[in-house]
This record gives sequence, C-alpha cells and structure tokens, in this order.
Amino acid sequence: MTARTLTFLAALAAAAAAIFFSLNSSSEDIEKARLSLTGSSTIAPLALEIAKRYEAQNEGLRIDVETGGSSRGMADARRGLADIGMVSRRLKAEESDLTAHLLARDGVGIIVHSSNPIEAITGAEVTSIYKRETRNWQALGGPDADIILVHKAEGRSTLEVFLDHFKLDNPSITPDVIVGDNEQGIKTVAANPAGIGYVSIGTAEVAIENGAAIKLIKLDGIEASTATVADGSFPMARELNLVTYGEIPENAASFIAFAQSADVNDLIKGQSFVPPRR
Amino acid sequence: MSRRAADRLFRFSLRSATLAAALALVFVTFFVGYEALPALQAAGAGAFLTDPSWHPASGTFGLMPMVLGSLAVSLLALVLAAPLGLGAALFENFYAPPVLRGLFQRAVELLAGIPSVVYGLWGLVVLVPLIAKHLAAPGTSILAAGLVLAIMILPTMALFSSAALGAIPAEQYRAASALGLSKWTALRTVLLPAAGRGIMTGLFLSFARALGETMAVLMVAGNVPQLPSSLLDPVRTLTANIALEMAYATGAHRHALFFSGFLVMAVTLLLVTLAGRSEKKEARP
Amino acid sequence: MTGVETQNRLAALAIWSAGLLILGAFTLIVGDIFWRGFSGFELGFLTEDPADAGRAGGIRSVLAATALILLVCLAVTLPIGLLTGIFLADYTAGGGRFAPLVRRSLDTLAGVPSIVFGLFGNAVFAHLLGLRISILTGGLTLAIMVLPFFIRSAEESLRSLPVSFSQAAEALGLSRLTFYGKIALPAALPGLMAGLVLGLGRALAETAALIFTSGYVTRLPESLLDSGRTLSIHILDLALNVPGGAENAYRTALVLIVLLFAINGALMALTRLSPSYREYR
Repeated sequence: MTARTLTFLAALAAAAAAIFFSLNSSSEDIEKARLSLTGSSTIAPLALEIAKRYEAQNEGLRIDVETGGSSRGMADARRGLADIGMVSRRLKAEESDLTAHLLARDGVGIIVHSSNPIEAITGAEVTSIYKRETRNWQALGGPDADIILVHKAEGRSTLEVFLDHFKLDNPSITPDVIVGDNEQGIKTVAANPAGIGYVSIGTAEVAIENGAAIKLIKLDGIEASTATVADGSFPMARELNLVTYGEIPENAASFIAFAQSADVNDLIKGQSFVPPRR
Repeated sequence: MSRRAADRLFRFSLRSATLAAALALVFVTFFVGYEALPALQAAGAGAFLTDPSWHPASGTFGLMPMVLGSLAVSLLALVLAAPLGLGAALFENFYAPPVLRGLFQRAVELLAGIPSVVYGLWGLVVLVPLIAKHLAAPGTSILAAGLVLAIMILPTMALFSSAALGAIPAEQYRAASALGLSKWTALRTVLLPAAGRGIMTGLFLSFARALGETMAVLMVAGNVPQLPSSLLDPVRTLTANIALEMAYATGAHRHALFFSGFLVMAVTLLLVTLAGRSEKKEARP
Repeated sequence: MTGVETQNRLAALAIWSAGLLILGAFTLIVGDIFWRGFSGFELGFLTEDPADAGRAGGIRSVLAATALILLVCLAVTLPIGLLTGIFLADYTAGGGRFAPLVRRSLDTLAGVPSIVFGLFGNAVFAHLLGLRISILTGGLTLAIMVLPFFIRSAEESLRSLPVSFSQAAEALGLSRLTFYGKIALPAALPGLMAGLVLGLGRALAETAALIFTSGYVTRLPESLLDSGRTLSIHILDLALNVPGGAENAYRTALVLIVLLFAINGALMALTRLSPSYREYR
C-alpha cells in the first residue's frame, strides 16, 4: 500500500460524504408539483406503490405518503394539510362532509389445516375458540385434538379487522403462537394439524394454489374468497378508502382515477388486498 | 502541497476519523434513547413495569412478560451451555488426544461463525417439530429457544474458558502433577480456580450474547408475550418483540419498541462491562 | 477403587461427553445444512433470480444485494477504521488520554446487540437522513457495527510491528504519511486483511440489524437507494414466511455457510502470515 492508496481511500470517504449531501439536497433542488397523502398505515404501503407507478407516468409530479392513522387522514384532509386522506374503513354517517373513493377491500379469512374435516365455522364459534372456552376440535365435530391458536402481532391490519369483527379485546386472548406476516400465519397453521388462524384472504388463496396444507373455511355460511370480498358479501372485511374534502384539485382527481383503475390491480393484490369489482 | 502540509492533513484525518469512530457509541445511544424518550413521557416509566400486559394498541405497555421471557430463555441457555462449554475447554486442553484436538478447535470456531438465522432455520425445521411430536404442540417454546441459544453461546463459553485455561503457566499443572495429584484433582484444585476470572468473563459474555440474540429466538420461541408457567410455553423476548412489531409500529408503539431496545442495550452493556472488569482483575497479579 | 479414583473417572467421563457432545452438535447441524442444502442443488441456483416468493428460481439478485451492502459497509469501514487504527497504534499521534477513552468506547460498541444497530439505522439513516429502507442504509448500519472489530485488529497488527521501524523512519526524517504508506501499512497488511475479513464475516452473517434497514425486496437492485435483501434475510423469509420455502432456505444457508467457512479459512491463512496478530472476537 502506498501514499497514493491512502489518498484514494480519503477520496473515497469524501465521495461517500458528497453522495450523502447530494442525496439530502437533491429533493429540494427541483421544484416539483406535489401531492400529499396521509392516514392509515394499512393503506400507506399500497398508496406508496401506486404513487410510484403514477410518478413514473407523470414526470414532474412528486407524491408524498405519510402514515398516522385513519383519523389523521380525515383530519388532514379536512384542514387541507393533505390533498388526500387514507381511511381504512367505511365512512360513518357523521363523516359525510368527506368524499370516499373506494381503493380496495381487505378481507380476512379463517384458516385451518387441510387435514381438518371442519369446512365451516360461525362467528360465535370463533369467538369461543379465541376466548379459550372451546379448547378441543371435538366440540366442533372435528378430531380429538387441542386447538392451537395462531394469533397476530400488534400493529398488523389483519389483527385489527379480526378483533373489530368479533368484538374481541386483544388482552383477553392467550394464543399458542404469535406470528408477524400473513405468510407466517399460513406456514404455522400448515405445520400444525390442530391449528387455527386468520389471514388475509388474497394471501391464503395464493398459498393454497402453491400447495400449502391449509384451507379457508366458510364464515357464517359465506365462502371466504376474493370474489366474496370483492362483491362485499364476505363479513370479515373492510373498505380501504381514499378521502377528499370539498372540491378536488385536478392532479388529485386524476391520481384518484388512476388508483381506482384496473391498472393498479396487480399492486392491490401484491399487498394482499382485493380489488373492488370495477 | 508541501510535505509539512501533507503531514498536517494526515494527522488531521487521523484525529477526525478517530473522533468519528469514538462518537459512534454516543450516536447510537443518543438516537435510540431519543426515540425511546417519547414513550417514557407518554406512558410513564412506571407503565413499562406495572402495566399487566403488552398490548400497545390498547394502551398497555407492560414489558415484564418480555423481560422475564428474555431472562428465562437466556438463563436456560446459560445453564446448559456453561458446564458444556467449560467441559469443552477442559477436553480441548487436557483430555483430547492430539489428533482430535485440532479438529475440535476448528469445530468450535466454525460453530461460532454460523449465522444466527441458520441456527434458527435448523431449530425451526428440526427441533420444533421434534418437540411438537414428542412433548407438546406447536413446539415453539422456551425449551426450543433455550436449546438453540445454548448451542449458539456454547462456542463463546468454550473459547473464553479455553483461553483462560491456556493462559495459566504450564509449570503450575506440572508442579501439581509432580506433587502426585491426579489429573482431575490438579484441574479442580489448581487450574480451575486460577482460571476462575477468565471463565467468569466467558459466562458474562455468553449471557450478554444470549440476551442480545434476536433472529434465532424469534424463529423458535412462539412469541406470545406472557408470563410462562412451563418450559413448553411460548414466550417473547425483548429483542424478538422489536423484530416482530417494528415494521408496523407507529407513534407510541414505535417509541416503546425503541425503549425496549434501549433496555436490552443497557443490560448487555452492563454485562460486557462486568466481563471486562473480571478480565482486568485477573491480569493484575 | 478409592473415592479419588472414582471422582477422576467420573470427571473424565463428563469431560469426554461434553467434548463429544459438541462435536456431535457440530456434525448434526452442519451436516443437516450440507445434506439438505446439497440435495437438488444446481449451479443455476446462483445465476437465476428468485421466483414464486423464493420457492423457485435462485438467488442471483440476493447475492447482488448482499455484495452491494458489503461494499457500502467496506467503503465506510475501511478508511475510518484504518485511520483510527493508525491513530490508536501510533505513539506520535498524540493520543494521550484520548486513546484509552476511544478504545473503551469501541469495546463497548462491540457489545451492543445487533438489533439495536437496526433500530439506530432505521431511525437515523432511513428516517432522519431520508435514505429510506435501502442498500445504503443497510450498509451504513453494518459499517458502524463492524467498525470496532476492524479497528481493533488494525491497531493490533500495527502495534505488532517492531518499534525500530518507526524509530528508523524518524531518524531518516520520513514524514508519518510516508512511513505509513511505504513501510508500516505494507508490513502490517496480512493483519489488516485479517481484520477486514473478520469484519466481512460478521457483516455477512448479520440479520437483525438489516430487517428494517435494508429490507426484503428480492428484485435486482438498480441503485444504492433500492431496498435489497441479503442472504441471511432471504433465509429468514423463506423459513418463516414461505410455505414450502424450507428447501431453498437450506440451499441459501449452504451458500452462506460455504462463504463464511471460506472467510474463516482465509482468516486462518492470513493469521499465519502475521504470527503476532491476535484474534479478536
């Protein structure tokens, strides 16, 4: 190694520093038209993907997506802090000052091991299982095996939908396994013949196609499938909405039109949501 | 550039690089602490201790289940790995035939280099199904995590014990033998006490490593934040909690995760400091 | 048989069992990885991109992302680590009371659990500096993690040079820069390389510090600001999240372990070249 090598290393460090600063300033260099979205952290990753694709088609536009929960999304839209709010449920009657634009649906289905003879379950049975009042599959006409409860970690949207639908209080649930992603939930149930879990229906369908040893079972008599989620008949589901307040600026309107078009179906499915029937 | 100027620049870059390296610890501590602070303000320091459970979405931030989970898993690992690691060191230094000795050293070194995620993979694919089949389903449990961790910290324990034993002058062992002491008696009464502090260092560092380990535990512990009542119960450790929930955490939840990271850091650094102390004391006489 | 003799035999038995148990565990785990990893392993695994969530295809993009992350890590660790190592080892640098403080700080940094580096990288590089979840963020986070290990071995290998080198250089009136460029660094090269390789091994094995800094994306990275997953994260994702992913998880683990063993071999060779280099873990 020579002095020249040392100089080279110093230059390398300088270059790294330069990259750093240029990265920080480059965003401020060019004045771009901006569109801002805030709200539900469930919708944010999808909105970010849609925004990226939209930006690629519309040069000179920059879309910022920030999370902070559905309530923030509505508040920001009302106060004009954001052009569009993201709200992960249907708007209530008293929120009719806002306009909802349906982006996608989020459906959560109950899954069991594929060897489990159970094909359908009622809401009351699910509640009783998760409250540990029903502990054995026999009580539901299944095999003599202790039920293994697979549950989601805090912060996951499927957990919210599940708790909300069954009016369950999370601290009252004592599961056997807690998982993070939908895929981990599927994998855990597939590995445990006596397991039960709940996952995003889109993800479960893909996994079943790929041969995962699970099945989606009927909830309150309704088939759990992307079709029933799309047409709104599956009960454990929610709307993912973009909301606006008052008159919609032109660039926001065209972004919403894009987000509601079939061009983003693959992105919606990629986030394991269900595109609404168009 | 004159030679003197070049030299001055060289010295300057030496100093600034060193300053940057020295400040890294300060930065890490500061920013993790800074992100944890809002949690203390919002929930109050007591909440982490007294809240009955960890349900950030419902506003309860009790870390005790995870503190106990971390302790349970790490202590189990230590109880298993400490005697084995010490035994391994004695084996390597005094019992193994020369042929096996080199092989053994290599094996321990390679075990130390296997990534934690690979141990986790092995635990998940081999160990967990075994526990599920023979003991209790679903198998993800304190036992699984403790076993995987034990294998992971075993090399640390063995390497430090071996170094401590190796540092003792060979004359001591020879003198003891010359006095007619048998091998084990010589080890027990002369060498092990002499290597005591070095072995303690290994213990502290193994414990620190077990507490700080994340991925392997995340994969096999079951991750239910509860007070466990048996070895076959699932638990969640402080570190697994961060890995599991960080991606989707916002607001107070996110800050609370930084707080648990801060806590893990504080405890492991305390252990590392203790280890350093016992190492230094040994060096003195 | 006397009591002492029984004790001796029991002790020997226990110690032999401990030794054999560890050899057994090693054979079991490494054997398991090699056995399952090799079954159905084809070279195409290295040159194809992952498909079907990683169940099919190979790990080309994962290897690329791993290499980029390691490069970023090296680009930062190397200059800072080398300069700091020189500062700590050089008695003319004027370290004084500062040097022990730096050493203490670095030793402590080496003890910080990796998940904490992940938190730090997420808060500072990804959010504060706006680098998002990216290869750059992951590499920088790893750099901070690896720094103390590289500095320590750089310092030790420089320290192990005879003092007469430095004295002779001074007597000849060589500048420190020339001394290091022409004499000290070349002489300490094997030790420096060993430190580098040790750091690389640590970075390669790391997962916890990367899950929320470099991310999960499997696409071939196009820039340092893209998210990219490393080999270890690929294993984690396949094992935890992909039903039917265990096979490719094992194959990836095999690749990772072979790389690490190669690094370990290189480390031993380098250590032999520089006999005074003390291993620092």
